[in-house]
Amino acid sequence: MDRTLLAALNEERAARRAAVVVTELATGRQRLVRESEVGGDPLADPIEKAIRSGKSGIAETGAGEVFLNAHLPPARIVAIGAVHISQALAPMAKIAGFDFEIIDPRTAFATPERFPGAVLTAEWPEDVLKARPLDAYTAVCVITHDPKIDDHPLISALKAGCFYVGALGSRKTHARRVERLIGAGIPQSSIDRIEAPIGADIGASTPGEIAVAILASVIEAFRKRKMFAERRGEKEPA
Amino acid sequence: MSETAIELDVLKTAERWAGEGRSLALATVIETWGSAPRPTGSHLVIDAEGNFEGSVSGGCVEGAVVAEAIDVIEAGAPKILEFGVADETAWRVGLSCGGRIRVYVERVA
Repeated sequence: MDRTLLAALNEERAARRAAVVVTELATGRQRLVRESEVGGDPLADPIEKAIRSGKSGIAETGAGEVFLNAHLPPARIVAIGAVHISQALAPMAKIAGFDFEIIDPRTAFATPERFPGAVLTAEWPEDVLKARPLDAYTAVCVITHDPKIDDHPLISALKAGCFYVGALGSRKTHARRVERLIGAGIPQSSIDRIEAPIGADIGASTPGEIAVAILASVIEAFRKRKMFAERRGEKEPA
Repeated sequence: MSETAIELDVLKTAERWAGEGRSLALATVIETWGSAPRPTGSHLVIDAEGNFEGSVSGGCVEGAVVAEAIDVIEAGAPKILEFGVADETAWRVGLSCGGRIRVYVERVA
């Protein structure tokens, strides 16, 4: 592998963008195909397939065997709300293999003592997300119950096409939330993507159980590749 | 998703090592059959002294890959290695799970 190619690949990975390394096994010839360049590549179809499935593998071409190594950004979960549920979710998400971070501007909640070892930011979500924007490989769980904190990241998550978007709250709370989102100009088809009540319907009651339910939903969305709009049944972006 | 959270980033390590002027090879799992321990695309980076990071088999055949990688670093041409069948040889090389893997080894230059 050429060092320049390696550096370019690492740059894409650091920026959380998908990329595929194409290697002709007979000749050793190699190229990097960025997500944005797939359409123009002679192997567009198999490369597209590798990105969609997240699976690397060999493609048979006129030039012989070609190995397609798909590099997709690691999945992460962003929890809005340093609440009791997040305390349970933080270690569970880590065990399940997700990058995990919590954002909550309320300094009384967002303390390192309550979240040992977790990535925790005690600032407003709109400020944090400006620096570290959401993307399709991110799941967003809004769980503060407070529209002042929840609504902005919720809308950002829908616009970014996050592979999972869940919001805590009863059906009544969610009905009021839907009204606010409609008022903010978010199309109904996007609003329908929000899982509310949040988490798999397993009758979860305690914070720990709700964390399990949330994680189950996130894993399902991840494994069903909901980071791709067509897998979500969406045609138009939010 | 699961690997990235706990393992060292092999490709970042490779870039760093290359930046230090070390001669390197990169090994990549390109094909698997049966119950292979690491998925296609998994990497192992090796330097000329035999130091390595990452895995192509979860520890079974890394020793053999490292030895071949040192040859690749010297010779320059890439190589394709194949390991494992469900017989005595596989047990000895280490793929006791009965899986089979193909590994592409190339120089980083």
